[in-house]
Amino acid sequence: MEPFLLQRSAGGVPPLSPSMTGAGAGQSFLSISVTDPVKLGSGVQAYISYRVSTKTNMQEYRGPEKIVIRRFSDFVWLHERLAERNKGIVIPPLPEKSAVEKFRFSAEFIEVRRRALDVFMNRIATHPQLHMSEDLKNFLQADEEAMERARSAEGSVFKKKPSDFMQMFKDVQMKVSDAVLGKDKPVEETDPEYEKLKHYVVDLEDHLAEAQRQSMKLVKRQRELGQVLSDFGKSVKLLGNCEGGSLGKAFADLGGCADQLSFKLQNKGLDLLLIFEEPLKEYVRTVQAIKVVMADRAQAYRQHRELTESSKLKELNLEKLKLLRPDKAGEVEAEVTEIKAQSDEAKLRYEEIVRLMEKEMVQFQEAKTRDLGLVLHDFACAQAQLASDTADAWRTLLPYLDNPHLGESTVTESG
Amino acid sequence: MMGSEEDDGRLYTSTDMMESLTLDSEPHPFLSNNSDYRNAMSGGGSFFSSSLQDSHPLAAKPVDTHRLGFQDSVRSSGSLREDLVEPPSYADAIFARDLSHTTTSVFSQTDSFSDVLTITVTNPQKIPESGASLAAGVTSSYVTYLINTHTNISSYQGTDFSVRRRFRDVVTLADRLAESFRGFFIPPRPDKNVVESQVMHKHEFIENRRAALEKYLGRLAAHPVLRRSDELRLFLKAEGKLPLLPTTDMASRMLDGAVNLPRQLFGEGSVILAPQEAVQPAKGGRDLVRLFKELKQSVTNDWGGTRPAIIEEDKEFLEKKEKLQDLEHHLSDASQQAEALVKAQQEVGEVMGELGLAFIKLAKYETEAGYTPVHAAEAKCVATAAVKASRFYRECNAQSVRHLDELHEYLGLMHALHTAFTDRSNALLTVQTFLSDVAANNMRIEKLEAASNKVFGGSKTQNRKISELKEAVKVTEEARDLAQKEYDCIKEHNRAELERFDEERRRDFTNMLRGFAHTQVGYAEKISNVWAKVAEDARGYAGRSTDATSSGLSSMPN
Repeated sequence: MEPFLLQRSAGGVPPLSPSMTGAGAGQSFLSISVTDPVKLGSGVQAYISYRVSTKTNMQEYRGPEKIVIRRFSDFVWLHERLAERNKGIVIPPLPEKSAVEKFRFSAEFIEVRRRALDVFMNRIATHPQLHMSEDLKNFLQADEEAMERARSAEGSVFKKKPSDFMQMFKDVQMKVSDAVLGKDKPVEETDPEYEKLKHYVVDLEDHLAEAQRQSMKLVKRQRELGQVLSDFGKSVKLLGNCEGGSLGKAFADLGGCADQLSFKLQNKGLDLLLIFEEPLKEYVRTVQAIKVVMADRAQAYRQHRELTESSKLKELNLEKLKLLRPDKAGEVEAEVTEIKAQSDEAKLRYEEIVRLMEKEMVQFQEAKTRDLGLVLHDFACAQAQLASDTADAWRTLLPYLDNPHLGESTVTESG
Repeated sequence: MMGSEEDDGRLYTSTDMMESLTLDSEPHPFLSNNSDYRNAMSGGGSFFSSSLQDSHPLAAKPVDTHRLGFQDSVRSSGSLREDLVEPPSYADAIFARDLSHTTTSVFSQTDSFSDVLTITVTNPQKIPESGASLAAGVTSSYVTYLINTHTNISSYQGTDFSVRRRFRDVVTLADRLAESFRGFFIPPRPDKNVVESQVMHKHEFIENRRAALEKYLGRLAAHPVLRRSDELRLFLKAEGKLPLLPTTDMASRMLDGAVNLPRQLFGEGSVILAPQEAVQPAKGGRDLVRLFKELKQSVTNDWGGTRPAIIEEDKEFLEKKEKLQDLEHHLSDASQQAEALVKAQQEVGEVMGELGLAFIKLAKYETEAGYTPVHAAEAKCVATAAVKASRFYRECNAQSVRHLDELHEYLGLMHALHTAFTDRSNALLTVQTFLSDVAANNMRIEKLEAASNKVFGGSKTQNRKISELKEAVKVTEEARDLAQKEYDCIKEHNRAELERFDEERRRDFTNMLRGFAHTQVGYAEKISNVWAKVAEDARGYAGRSTDATSSGLSSMPN
């Protein structure tokens, strides 16, 4: 099972089919892997850097292979850029940002994060739209200094263009007028299918989160069992020393067995975490990413509706104005044209999101079926193996213990 | 091995028990009788025999000469007959064991015995306390339990009986056994639990106590010597009020002691305790002066002021004792770890079940929402397996607890060992005390005799004093001899019990290990099978072919 897992997560992604990329000629190939975590810096400044290796045949890239060093905040930058510029697309989620200080550099945490980043890159690389992103290209190719400049130049994630501010102002205006007009409720889509989908997503998150919580607990408790078995084994061995004789040996054997099992259990702990708990966690995060898209869609819808409303309003006013004050009409006419354009833009934006989202949901469900199917299968295999190993270990004791003369006192038993 | 009454293991009877058969109102036989103790004991008009015949169940039994004890040695006109002084034949009490018997036997009452003594405790009932002065609104009551016995031991004279007893009676039984069977490893009784009466009557508490009582009585029944004790038999069979006096009645004993005290302190007359009483450990209230003496003696021993005539020179015993301390320490550790192990396994089982439920809910939800029925079916499969596995974990655990509990049981038994060893050192201390007493008195006699020789004929008082002292010495010497016998007896009990303890412990621990290993193997196999089946079935769902290498392609998300 091990080699299989490595295959899945090492980032080797098979060629995309032409229909997926939308590129007519040939097949685009983009393969990314995240490896070799290294601790850099010292003290409070310390951080982990990762090696990001790219193999591609895409023309836009500066060559078939490239290796760069990136840190976690670089990945965060990439995620935010993609989110900004690809509304309607479910951006693959990043692993958690923060961690308890002392845990931040534990081998396990680093490995878990590395894997998650690897999965992240691969989901992007295999996405029909995202893999063509300019930001992705920069991320994969820029040298470290350029990357750092881009990262800090970004400044606030919420950096807005001037037109955005204008829009925000207008949005506020809309809300006020809505209130004045008595339209307090936020404008929402009324598509029953979409309603159903929204509820589905919210509930799905809950169910997945519950499954993930329990799986995390299971991993934790199986590990704790491993620890306890070790202590048990030690104390049993000591007791055996006390007893001496054949009984003493029986105790010692039992203790040894418990020790062995303990070792196995604690080792398997990390594996179980990676094949079972982490994928579930990732799916929870993905569902949360879907919710972000849903929020974007709602906002786009609101904007579209509000602009439509205000555009209509303005047109009516214009008609009135043409009759009353023809001299002002020209000015206002320009405004109306402007706002109409914005309204159309908003409509297009909204409709694009709807279109994209539909495709995304189909992809999501397909991927989920496959991935969760694999996860469940791996889990069953792992548990079967664990139980089988456990049985084998205890079984070695039986021949000695089953001897009916075991425990008979021998003369001059020093125990 | 089924003996007649003559052959059975009841070879040790304490006179203390005998005296407790008297009714409360009777004056203490020894205190009231200042004269030669032999008069009190010997002869057909013996105080004991008459009281026995008339008023107690034991009266039904003939007072046999085979019953060893101090009264017998006394009856034989004061001189100590060799054959009766031998330690009771402990070996007779332990019948040959069937070593291939595989069940754990701390509780098995019939294990290795061809005679049966089975005890169950049932039917707790609340009995309101009558006649107590109570604050308004507070009802006082206590709980009685039905003790059911089934036996074919002939000394019980009957096969099935049931009596009602309360917890206080059990405490009495335990105390009396502790007194009568010094040197034996007496199973510890259930705790008293000093709590408010509210809690006392909670159903769970009562059920726990009932179970604990049953366990305790079962252990008594499994002990080769205790099972044949009169105390136990009375407890199990005597109808109505338990005919055993509680001996921790401090108040009356303080009174008894206080009566003695002035006379002892001022040396008026010689207070001659019956040797039987003398060889019992000096208990508070009973004999304050003796308590002080023994205290002085033990201090003396510690400081090596006087060379004690008897030292614990049984090196083998001391070595054994040290080994046992070691054992106890490790047993305690192992018991704790075993508890932790069971708890950890329990938690794994629990979360496995929760996980199964979570997946079932997920699958159900997805199916109802109309999405991806395929992986939902897989989730259900895995979930069902998880729930099954969870059940197996729980069962495995329940059985493991039963096995590993043996560690805990023996840990509890260590306390009994301590008590038995304390009995031994107490007895030794008693002997040493008498020895010093004798020595001291002899010195005084010497001094007095030397002094009186200077004065012709000596004074009347001096002579009287000398003869009194001589009398006292004689009595003390006899007491010393009896104490020595008692000590030797206890030593032998210790030794024999240790042997039994070792044997039983080895057997029980072997069974424990065997049982535990089998349980772990069995359930691990079951759990493995459950998962293996799912893994096999799920392979189809996962879209995996049996060839692992090609599965990489099928993982393509798009």
